[in-house]
Amino acid sequence: MNRSRLGAWLSFAIGALYFLVPLIATMEFAMRIRRGQYTFDAFQIVLTDARFQATFTYSTVVALATIAVGTLLVVPTAYWVRLRLPHLRPVVEFITLLPLVIPAIVIVFGYLRMYNSSSLVPLTDTDLGTDILLTFGYATLALPYMYRSVDAGLQAIDIHTLTEAAENLGARWPTILFRIILPNIRVAVLSGALLTFAIVIGEFTLASLLNRPAFGPYLQLIGANRAYEPAALAIIAFAITWACMGLIQLFARQTQTAPAR
Amino acid sequence: MTQADEVVPLPTLTARPRMSMPSWAWLGTAPFFLFALLFLILPTAYLLVGAFQDVEGHFTLENLANLSQPSIVSAYTISLQVSAASALGGAVVGSLLASAVVFGGLPRWIRPTVVTFSGVASNFAGIPLAFAFLATLGRAGLVTTLLITVFDFNIYSAGFNLLSFWGLVITYLYFQIPLMVLILLPALEGLKREWREASEILGASRWQYWSWVAFPIIWPSLLGSTLLLFANAFGAIATAYGLTGSSLNIVPILLYAQIRGDVLHNPNLGYALALGMVVITGLSNLAYMVLRRRSERWMR
Repeated sequence: MNRSRLGAWLSFAIGALYFLVPLIATMEFAMRIRRGQYTFDAFQIVLTDARFQATFTYSTVVALATIAVGTLLVVPTAYWVRLRLPHLRPVVEFITLLPLVIPAIVIVFGYLRMYNSSSLVPLTDTDLGTDILLTFGYATLALPYMYRSVDAGLQAIDIHTLTEAAENLGARWPTILFRIILPNIRVAVLSGALLTFAIVIGEFTLASLLNRPAFGPYLQLIGANRAYEPAALAIIAFAITWACMGLIQLFARQTQTAPAR
Repeated sequence: MTQADEVVPLPTLTARPRMSMPSWAWLGTAPFFLFALLFLILPTAYLLVGAFQDVEGHFTLENLANLSQPSIVSAYTISLQVSAASALGGAVVGSLLASAVVFGGLPRWIRPTVVTFSGVASNFAGIPLAFAFLATLGRAGLVTTLLITVFDFNIYSAGFNLLSFWGLVITYLYFQIPLMVLILLPALEGLKREWREASEILGASRWQYWSWVAFPIIWPSLLGSTLLLFANAFGAIATAYGLTGSSLNIVPILLYAQIRGDVLHNPNLGYALALGMVVITGLSNLAYMVLRRRSERWMR
């Protein structure tokens, strides 16, 4: 018993080291920018860089647009499938899992063939068109996470009764969807949204191949040209991922404790 | 028999209103299917069809045959090796960590902590992860310099290079291990205490319980998760690109260069390259789904 507990602690310690050492090293590396002393100058340089601000803002806007598209796409579909078309569920579920199967680089390669300037829908001809394509591409990449999150949220509430009650009170379907269903699954939607944000904010492949001024390609550029700033950027990116995951946990915990109150 | 007779009329009664429903109930899912078609299925299908066409659009198998040229074969080989090594490493360490959490008798705060940290780490991939490992195990990285100053051991003189095969595997493990933990944890927790108690009462040793009861139940999950890790590594590009630029010849990076500048001098060969990737990730995911269904038999 004691021996197995020792082994368990050892496994845990190795896991913790593997997780923490690169973070400590990155922080240390970022602070090494001035010879002979530790400073936060690398962070200051990065945060005041105009390109950092521009690309980060761009990626934030695209991430928010992606969340909007994803929510509008997934919530009505998942709701409707659960309510009226349960036999379609395996099909819809299968499709939402496909972005995990098909590599992102293959998906964007397909976009570049299907929506280039000589195609029927030349989305890549204009900046706006490419932005839309990028947003839809991100919505596709985030589909598995958004769908699973929303579907789990719908499972936890009684959509049949809620819908019937709303219909009896004379509600039409936009009211049902946006004022009854959506508020009831807001934590699930928020979790999906935060995961989407974490995926989109530093995404490289799609943004780079669609030539958009996003945060991911900026990271790559700085990585190729600077020594200490990339480490500071890695810490910032990690903090964002951490914040998203932490918020998801926080919201999930709140709903768990809510009925007890 | 009588029960069956009673049941028969019921479905016809309820089926009538439903029969007229599907005619426009499916419309509610039309936006979703349209979206999936336009931004997921058709773009992929375009490439898959293109892989079987020549430049003029005639059917050909030449593109697939051309995949056998040395640079492409070596790209696939390195990709498969990197994915396999990081999947196996992630599976072994991840299983140890997951079983430590479930069976190790550790304090209760360990489980939520491990789950949270795994959630973060499994999503911390791409270029920032490459930066983090450059700062750790790069030539001027913290661990590299510490090993030199404390143990007088230079891993780079010993033949290690972060911008190489093993460097990439070690970096991939950062998201592979936590992913394994996240997938395997529910499966391990699905092993019911009653099974262990029953086998102990019947006189089974610890080893017998594991080899005759637990392992036969858990192996589809283990193998399935490993395959998922494999597919996960095979499709990844940003981490490798951030780490090695285009110096390491793996399939996603070759495909990236092909999309950027037609380095293979044949667009349709690029489609075949993409087809190969989809076949490999598709097969491992398919096997994962089959194995997961198998493992779910015991997890009710």
